[in-house]
Amino acid sequence: MPPILELHGITKRFPGVLANDHIDLTLQQGEILALLGENGAGKSTLMNVLYGLYQPDEGEIIVKEKKITVHSPNDAIAAGVGMVHQHFMLVPVLTVTENVMLGVESLIGGVFLDRKTAASRIREISQQYGLEVNPDTYIKDLPVGIQQRVEIIKLLYRHADILIFDEPTAVLTPQEADELFKVMRSLVQQGKSIIFITHKLREVLAVADRINVLRLGQVVGAADPQTATENELASLMVGRAVELKVHKLAATPGAEVLRVSDLRVFDDRENLAVDGVSFEVRAGEILGVAGVQGNGQTELVEALTGLRASLSGQLAIEGHEITRASPRQIVELGVAHIPEDRQRDGLVLNYPITDNMVLNTYYRPPFARGVVMQHLAVEKAATERVQQFDVRTPGIQTSAGSLSGGNQQKVIVARELSRPIKLLIAAQPTRGLDVGSIEYIHSRIIAKRKEGCAVLVVSTELDEVLALSDRIAVMYRGRVVATVDSAHATKEYLGLLMAGVSPDSIKPPEKGEEATAVF
Amino acid sequence: MTQAVSAKSSLNWQKFLQPLVIPALSIFTALIVGSLVIALTDLTVLEALKNFFTAPGAAFSASVKAIATAYGSLFEGSLGNPAQIIAALQSGESKALANAFYPIFDSLVTATPYIFAGLAVAVGFRCGLFNIGAEGQLYMGAIFSVWVGFTFKGLSPWVHIPFALLAGALGGALWAFVPAILKAKTGAHEVINTIMMNYIAFRLSEWLLSDKGPLKRPDSANPISPFIEKSAELPRFFPDPIRFHLGFFIALGVALFVYWFLFKTTLGFELRTVGANPNAAKYAGMSITRNLVIAMCLSGGLAGLAGANEVLGLNHNLALSFSSGYGFDSIALALLGKSHPLGVVLAALLFGTLRSGATRMQNVAKIPTDIISIIQALIIAFIAAPAIIRSLYRLKGAGEGEGTIFTRGWGK
Repeated sequence: MPPILELHGITKRFPGVLANDHIDLTLQQGEILALLGENGAGKSTLMNVLYGLYQPDEGEIIVKEKKITVHSPNDAIAAGVGMVHQHFMLVPVLTVTENVMLGVESLIGGVFLDRKTAASRIREISQQYGLEVNPDTYIKDLPVGIQQRVEIIKLLYRHADILIFDEPTAVLTPQEADELFKVMRSLVQQGKSIIFITHKLREVLAVADRINVLRLGQVVGAADPQTATENELASLMVGRAVELKVHKLAATPGAEVLRVSDLRVFDDRENLAVDGVSFEVRAGEILGVAGVQGNGQTELVEALTGLRASLSGQLAIEGHEITRASPRQIVELGVAHIPEDRQRDGLVLNYPITDNMVLNTYYRPPFARGVVMQHLAVEKAATERVQQFDVRTPGIQTSAGSLSGGNQQKVIVARELSRPIKLLIAAQPTRGLDVGSIEYIHSRIIAKRKEGCAVLVVSTELDEVLALSDRIAVMYRGRVVATVDSAHATKEYLGLLMAGVSPDSIKPPEKGEEATAVF
Repeated sequence: MTQAVSAKSSLNWQKFLQPLVIPALSIFTALIVGSLVIALTDLTVLEALKNFFTAPGAAFSASVKAIATAYGSLFEGSLGNPAQIIAALQSGESKALANAFYPIFDSLVTATPYIFAGLAVAVGFRCGLFNIGAEGQLYMGAIFSVWVGFTFKGLSPWVHIPFALLAGALGGALWAFVPAILKAKTGAHEVINTIMMNYIAFRLSEWLLSDKGPLKRPDSANPISPFIEKSAELPRFFPDPIRFHLGFFIALGVALFVYWFLFKTTLGFELRTVGANPNAAKYAGMSITRNLVIAMCLSGGLAGLAGANEVLGLNHNLALSFSSGYGFDSIALALLGKSHPLGVVLAALLFGTLRSGATRMQNVAKIPTDIISIIQALIIAFIAAPAIIRSLYRLKGAGEGEGTIFTRGWGK
């Protein structure tokens, strides 16, 4: 049978970068093709070419044996190609039906919306593919996993045969991800075809029929998920042998560094986001905070670093009360903060690396004498740190905005870890990064723990929390529902806790998995 | 490695020229479009156009003549007549020299308040503030410095001039402080409040100069203030009619200071960081409110200096509506200069030249000075919408994927 989709010699250049270099790719009907690659390997560019957001410089796209040109997503959908974006394209205040019919409204008399017909088609689709959803609920009332289903229904409603999933599990709990994989299988069983973009090896092996690996804009290899191992795939992706395990010695916790007691914090809309949280972090240990995005972790970190006022409760670092302290006072007590959103909080994108390296120490010697900045000292420090922390950049005057995500994160890590610190607060330290950068940043965090620094790691990646932490606190709806020793934690157990299942109703596992990080 | 080095040096070269391309082409294009406006508003040309189909040549030559007269007189009025300058230099006669060099010096005189006011708006922009109130702050600066100028008697110029200038800066800064503190404490938008403060400043100056007003000169029927003491006047370098005075060099010095402040001090670093990314500034422990207030007051102080400069260097007293909109023009000027002190100085020289040439253009070519406002507006429009210039001159850059390249440039 001829393939349903063929890409021939797709080439896309951006000034100075060859994002796609003569990429050939075929997709058979009824299969899941995984497109595996690090960030910046060219996966997203390739899919944006297919989806009509970019025009290729060379190459052709053949769908169902017909050559097509795609100038916009509308052309792509007309050809039966649909994309489930990483960030959902839904209107929260509209119902499921309204969202699905948006742009392809069925009308009564050419004027009035025919919600009934649309809703009944949605029900049909839900049943056929096992995508349970109530068409009359508002998007804002749905959990993330269900919102993703609505995105899939949107494409099926528009008769898409080829579905592109762009990093679909980034926002899901492990259980939700498993649900999604079931849905994907059911889709291909009924004749749909799927391209699955990811950098997570475990997921690829779990769900794909075939694997193509992209590196530096080229297809560097193909693999069969039946026989391939995670180590092989990782090496293909990165282009060298990769250490997937985080090696660390047993923790030797020392004195208490951070104490949080009964902390309550509002979010921006004045809802209680952190609701009575207490914990402590000791020198030389890593406390991981696990939880699905949006369960109060962001507000917790903001309160700890002085960026958000707390409602009640106490915060103390080595006995110093910091409940009402400013970000600067907290930094001066020896706290480093790797923020959750590196581009929003962590960097000034149009500043050069030099200025970003001293973003919170610019006023102190040797970087300033009185009010005069010492640019030579700043440049010297930046040069050293770029080397020490392996930031890949043409020079220290390059603007932070023109670095890749991994290198941007390394700039932040370099800045935060290059001064004497007692406590490291790392929020989503490796979000969206490639295997190489993740490996590197993890090793730096472990090194700080070894030096006797107290570390708080907040992450929605369960693998990351499991790999790094000595103890794990699980947050759900603003509360720490359980704190477990990582030696006794399994993914399944933590996943249930993250989903809000009461810890009393589940039996903790006898012995945990080996502390292994696999990405 | 060698490749990297050569790439770097060509990068620096580009880095220097790149920002100049769009402004230069914008000015050029604005002059071209302006010439169309000149031709189409010229009565001779319009008359000739009526017979366009029978005698197209006449309309064409009339247009060329109108444009040539207009731009010719603009050039002469702003930079001087080259033939006259050469003749004067050869004769060495002081009167001829004064006449020949008068236009170019007067352009510098007009550029001076533009430099101050342009720096004022630029400092605001750097901190993410849109200071529309430069005009009002300029008025307050003029009021404060004129009062110091005529009230204190018997001071040495070494004391009186700095005193009067500082008073002007203080007046502007005070006027900017009100919207600044409102923004910092209540979030009230500075655009609204600086506009309102403008109105208050205008009406205040009218009242001060009114019949019973405290600044009114008792022995005059006109709404003007007393003349300032000689000791407060900014010295002029040449005999009349050349009005070129110390203010120009003070303006250049202040521009240098602003550059040093913004790019070489920790205070400037904070101010720019708050402007570039307030979230990151907060994360880095900088106080956003403090920086907003500092930036706004500095901005107001610079605008106040523009007013002081006019009073101390040029008019020597305060009259009603003495500013011809320098504060408003300076918004456009700061944009043109990309909020960089050097860019602002260059843009101010351009605006000063255009403004002062416009007067002669009106006298000689009978073309209203408003045409200069149109050309200024066109320059800003082209700078604000660089896509027009890019497509017109087939310049590369900013196409699809510009955002993408920034995040993918140096991946591993």
